[in-house]
Amino acid sequence: MTRVLIMLAMLLGFSPAAQAQDLQNLLQTHAEEVASPGRRTVGVVLDDLAASGIPQVATFLEQWQEKSVWQGPEGLFFIAAEEGDTLNLTDIDSGVQSTAPAAGFTQLKPNGGVRRVIGTALVQFQLMDPDLTRRTTAVASIARRPEASQLAPLLASIDGESDAALKARKIQLANFLSASFADDPTDRIAAITSLSTDVSVEARAVLNQILTTSTGIATQLPSDANIAQVLTPGAEISLDAAYALLVEDDLAAPITTAEEIKSALAANIVDGRVGDVPVVQLNTTDNRAYAYAQLAEAGTAPALVTTADRDAALADYVFFEIYDEDDATITTAAKTALASVETRVAVGQTADLTLDALSLASIYFLAAIGLAITFGVMGVINMAHGEFIMMGAYTGYVVQLFVPSYTASIIIALPLAFAVTFGAGVAMERLVIRHLYHRPLETLLATFGISIALQQLAKNIFGTQARPLTSPAWLDGALVFNDVVQISYIRIAIFVLAVIFLFLILFVLKRTRLGLEVRAVTQNPGMAASMGINPDRINMLTFGLGSGIAGIAGVAIGLYAKVTSEMGADYIVQSFMTVVVGGVGNVWGTLAGASLIGFLQKGIEWLNPSNTLAAQTYMILFIILFIQFRPKGIVALKGRAAAD
Amino acid sequence: MTNSFLMRNPSTLWFLLGLSLFTIVVTALSDAGVGVMSTSFVKTLGKTLCLCLIAVAMDVVWGYCGILSLGHFAFFGIGGYAVGMWLMYARTEGIVLDSFASQTIPPTPQEVTDAIGNQIFGVVGSSEFPAIWAFSDSLILQLLLVVLVPGLLALLFGWLAFRSRVTGVYLSILTQAMTLALALYLFQNDSGLRGNNGLSGLQNIPGFEDTPQSTISLAFFYASALAVALGYVLFAWITSGKMGSVIKAIRDNESRVRFLGYHVESYKLFVFTITAVVAAIAGALYYPQAGIINPAEIAPIASIYLAVWVAIGGRGRLYGAVIGAAFVSLLSSWFTGGGAPAIPLGFYTVQWTDWWLVLLGLSFVAVTLYAPKGIGGLFDYLVRKPS
Amino acid sequence: MTYKKTLGASALAALLASTTMVAAQDCAEPIKVGVLHSLSGSMAISETTLKDAMLMLIEQQNAAGGLLGCEIEAVVVDPASDWPLFAEKARELLTVSEVDVIFGNWTSVSRKSVLPVIEELNGLLFYPVQYEGEESSLNVFYTGAAPNQQAIPATDYFLEELGVEKFALLGTDYVYPRTTNNILEAYLIDNGIAEEDIFVNYTPFGHSDWATIVADVVALGEDGKQVGVISTINGDANIGFYKELAAAGVSADDIPVVAFSVGEEELSGLDTSNLVGHLAAWNYFQSAEGEANAEFIEAWKAFAGEERVTNDPMEAHYIGFNMWVNAVEAAGTTDVDAVRDAMYGQEFPNLTGGTAVMLPNHHLAKPVLIGEIQADGQFDIISQTAEVPGDAWTDFLPESAVLKSDWQTLGCGMYNIETESCVQLTSNY
Repeated sequence: MTRVLIMLAMLLGFSPAAQAQDLQNLLQTHAEEVASPGRRTVGVVLDDLAASGIPQVATFLEQWQEKSVWQGPEGLFFIAAEEGDTLNLTDIDSGVQSTAPAAGFTQLKPNGGVRRVIGTALVQFQLMDPDLTRRTTAVASIARRPEASQLAPLLASIDGESDAALKARKIQLANFLSASFADDPTDRIAAITSLSTDVSVEARAVLNQILTTSTGIATQLPSDANIAQVLTPGAEISLDAAYALLVEDDLAAPITTAEEIKSALAANIVDGRVGDVPVVQLNTTDNRAYAYAQLAEAGTAPALVTTADRDAALADYVFFEIYDEDDATITTAAKTALASVETRVAVGQTADLTLDALSLASIYFLAAIGLAITFGVMGVINMAHGEFIMMGAYTGYVVQLFVPSYTASIIIALPLAFAVTFGAGVAMERLVIRHLYHRPLETLLATFGISIALQQLAKNIFGTQARPLTSPAWLDGALVFNDVVQISYIRIAIFVLAVIFLFLILFVLKRTRLGLEVRAVTQNPGMAASMGINPDRINMLTFGLGSGIAGIAGVAIGLYAKVTSEMGADYIVQSFMTVVVGGVGNVWGTLAGASLIGFLQKGIEWLNPSNTLAAQTYMILFIILFIQFRPKGIVALKGRAAAD
Repeated sequence: MTNSFLMRNPSTLWFLLGLSLFTIVVTALSDAGVGVMSTSFVKTLGKTLCLCLIAVAMDVVWGYCGILSLGHFAFFGIGGYAVGMWLMYARTEGIVLDSFASQTIPPTPQEVTDAIGNQIFGVVGSSEFPAIWAFSDSLILQLLLVVLVPGLLALLFGWLAFRSRVTGVYLSILTQAMTLALALYLFQNDSGLRGNNGLSGLQNIPGFEDTPQSTISLAFFYASALAVALGYVLFAWITSGKMGSVIKAIRDNESRVRFLGYHVESYKLFVFTITAVVAAIAGALYYPQAGIINPAEIAPIASIYLAVWVAIGGRGRLYGAVIGAAFVSLLSSWFTGGGAPAIPLGFYTVQWTDWWLVLLGLSFVAVTLYAPKGIGGLFDYLVRKPS
Repeated sequence: MTYKKTLGASALAALLASTTMVAAQDCAEPIKVGVLHSLSGSMAISETTLKDAMLMLIEQQNAAGGLLGCEIEAVVVDPASDWPLFAEKARELLTVSEVDVIFGNWTSVSRKSVLPVIEELNGLLFYPVQYEGEESSLNVFYTGAAPNQQAIPATDYFLEELGVEKFALLGTDYVYPRTTNNILEAYLIDNGIAEEDIFVNYTPFGHSDWATIVADVVALGEDGKQVGVISTINGDANIGFYKELAAAGVSADDIPVVAFSVGEEELSGLDTSNLVGHLAAWNYFQSAEGEANAEFIEAWKAFAGEERVTNDPMEAHYIGFNMWVNAVEAAGTTDVDAVRDAMYGQEFPNLTGGTAVMLPNHHLAKPVLIGEIQADGQFDIISQTAEVPGDAWTDFLPESAVLKSDWQTLGCGMYNIETESCVQLTSNY
């Protein structure tokens, strides 16, 4: 059955195209490479295709890149789309449609490297294409693999470009290409100089590529070469590395290693001795060296090369780095431009680090602000705070199960998370905490019990696997100032949320009746009660408010990181420290604590970028010490309010 | 002195009697006796005794002195690490020397050290001995470190904290931060203590390679029992008499004790440090039975569990801590080990591996709310009722 | 086809065995298989699936007539992601339950915790997860990938096919990433990548603050070299990492990321639409075509639920369990020493095609697959090698290059080929 269809397809495909060189025939000559292409080897096929001038080549290459080309059982290539068990085939030459069962066909899956090479080959077809997306793809392909030959067509395409943004991008790219590949040195220097204000990674890449060097060795420094730097052994280059270069070029013999000495000794044991040293005495380095020297003298082992020999050999040579670019004016211009770029990059990186720190601080703040109320204002130590964060995040997840629109789901999830955790908080206050106001240490235990019960409950309900909480499309991506300074929108959203809550809570505590009553009850419940305030009600509401905010924080944290049953535990110790460092009983204190911790952590990370864990360790140590010297935190309450 | 002290404290005598009886019963049931008790269960019991010891220490610092330390498991871990370093070093040294013995050329001392380093630290991609391993070749020195390192750490930390009058929940959070910092530090691969891997193979005692684990486990069981007995007597002695009264007074009202002229900080520092040292000794006995120690053991949650055991057992009574630790940890392993039968409810089957933690969590709440004296309180009630 | 044949063959063998062996072995007791996977705690995410897979395999085998005419009974215990508990439970399995074989463990720490116990009691462990190598135990069969069966081929793919010239090695701070990255660093330097072109970073478990690290990786491109990321980031932390990657607009065309610990399970916690084209290297993907795989997936979904996915360690258990069954049948007994001898040279068809062979170093020869993430959370396999023999000791670190593991003929897992002597018989733990 399949055969018949293929025959039919072949008839359809071949008969009209038999007259000239057609694409199928051309591909068949490279069938093996087309079927499983490699980045380094596919060039031959692409060159042939480009040279053939067959009009269908562009479409074929695009489809190939999209993994839409299939090879039939007879080895023929088709553009195909899968539909259940059948394939909708399109002949690559004639465009005739047919169908065939998928069995027997194999999909061609060029890998990422090959796709990039295909992209480059497609540039010539796409650069002037009327379709904007194709032109954009072409420009992206040039940016990914810049080649000298692309400069002219790119320059030619700029004038006709109708899209303003793409035109600007083309001009920028053309500038990069001129800096690297223009024929006239003055053109190159002009292009290079214009890059000195561009902090983009691409511009730096262009400059760095011009400044690539290779290491050279000579007895005397060559006078005509474009030398970047002379490397003095022991200073710019280590003695061992310099010597390794000599050994590599066969200018010196490698230093005899301890292992080589040992095996030479083992191979030359005569009557329990090596030379005149008994084997049992070969357990020190000195004795071994002594025995080896005897072997070397006798000629049974190669001469010993020591570090002294190494130093002597190094003295005979000069080591230097030489620019791959011969023209010194160009390298000088590039060097100047790069120096200027790097200053800007350093400024940018500082700004970026500050943004990251600010974002981290806002996340800590959001996680801790609920605690600032329950612990800071009420003095209730709630170990289940983290689990309220988790409940908020799972609320978001559940809402997304029912509401397909991400935007709508988040808008629903935020108040719902507040409601759920508010309820949970009130319930917990009524059932447990109310009975323990005079035993703060025991609240810690009871709430810890609730915490592990809630965590396990979440595992039993939602499973241990992390659950997706997806942010709406308008929060995807990042606010990009340039290639150095950028911050993702989701982090900005969290920052905004943190600011909103800061002011909301300040407003509630300072400007509303509820806030007044809360402050009254926390300062003196007895007196507050005699003034007609119901302390029970106020405690309940305050605790609910703190818990509810934790729930909202949970949605935000879930959006940017993950939703698991253990996510709360990740934040609980951090949050307590934020509140304690900042100073209990004061929302501003929590803000100060979160900022301090956020900035500190980023600062330590910057000092030691390869080890985030060390940063966290040092930060906690710092906090411990900090509390020793400022036990009441950064913003300490004074006077009566400070009493325990 | 001790005699008269024991006479004054009949509950301590009863405890020691019970412990001896327990030890005899276990011996009789184990492979050394009739052999119905498996080696792994003897190990479990030995480890439980160590947990009882640290629980007693926790009870003294919290139940008697009112300091809710969430850091005693860190000291427990340090004790384990200190002993583990020697166990690892000595065992690896034996292996390395064996392997060199088969080579023609005798090794240099440096080669031996390198080979040991390579064996121990190869797993974290290093072969250098970090400075903290300086004494690992000597059992005596490492045993001293078991006492010294936690002791000094507790002394320093306590001095800083008590001097600044950090009390109550603040102190709890601070001790928890200390534990977290230590755990995070140990989690690092560069910490020199094999990072997340920790120290393993600790059940193989160097010099006793040919002794079966059934014998080793029994030996450690005896050692743990002895440690519990000594620790119990020590703490019973500390908490009785005049000093005990001051300590309990500090728990009940620190300011008043201070106004009475006592140097509160010194008492607190003494209690904090001595319990830390006992916790470390418990750890040093625990980990050779567990076989492996790693940073996860020290995570803050472990210290909270410790507080929970003491709370369930009953604070302010030493036997309460023992009951709590033994009861909760054994029950825990019974439930999570799949030993407990599932309960079919028709529409849903309660699997205890899933629901045990929920039950445990809710029982803390219940105990805190309705039985602040814990199981020990119940015990008191039953014992005193007739009189 | 092959799958059916083998199943048929093994069923037949089991039938034959049952008729011949019944007299010798009256099956008063079923054959016991220990399953040592965490069902609670942080590793339950990954390990519960493997427990279910084992239960399914045992059920299938029992349906096909059991083993040596006996019923196979699974003894499931929960070591609760607590490493010391692994040692305790392993001892319990071997001495109290007296199991004939254990299938279990996920993390390297848990394996190292169990090693002394099973070596002391001469147990048999099948370990199904990709790991860092540098270990060889007489009592363990490693059915997951060694570094040369996952990390090295993936790096080759980066070097050869993607033309990556600058590497960011990102990992969670524990043994597997540390050792793997050490091996990769040595390998890259051997392949002419300069040391300063290799950026290494370690983050804690469950790390969520990835902005700075992603920015650092992007900045690596500033000298115009093609940058690639090799990720040994473990578990939940991947979610934050990929989210940040997507937010920073890093596409697979610009900076490809290949992950060694991200499979179908991990992707189910993510919206993968922004991650299309990023890579993972494994010995198995659910999307592998072939009848054996289709049947396996069908059986799995019928057993565990329609929404469940299959993954690489499950295939490792599938191969390991079937090899063990065949070895027991060949040996005619479940005695550990006899079964071990019968294991060498055991062959069993992979789910991805080709045949896995058990080597004398207790590793498998398996093909290496590289897949691109698709929008549906599955992988599109774009490269598949021939079977690669697993290597316990890497050739790229000087101290392990001279070591060789061969339990069959040399009887040593740590044999120094230079001094021609056995370094040690117990494994490193």
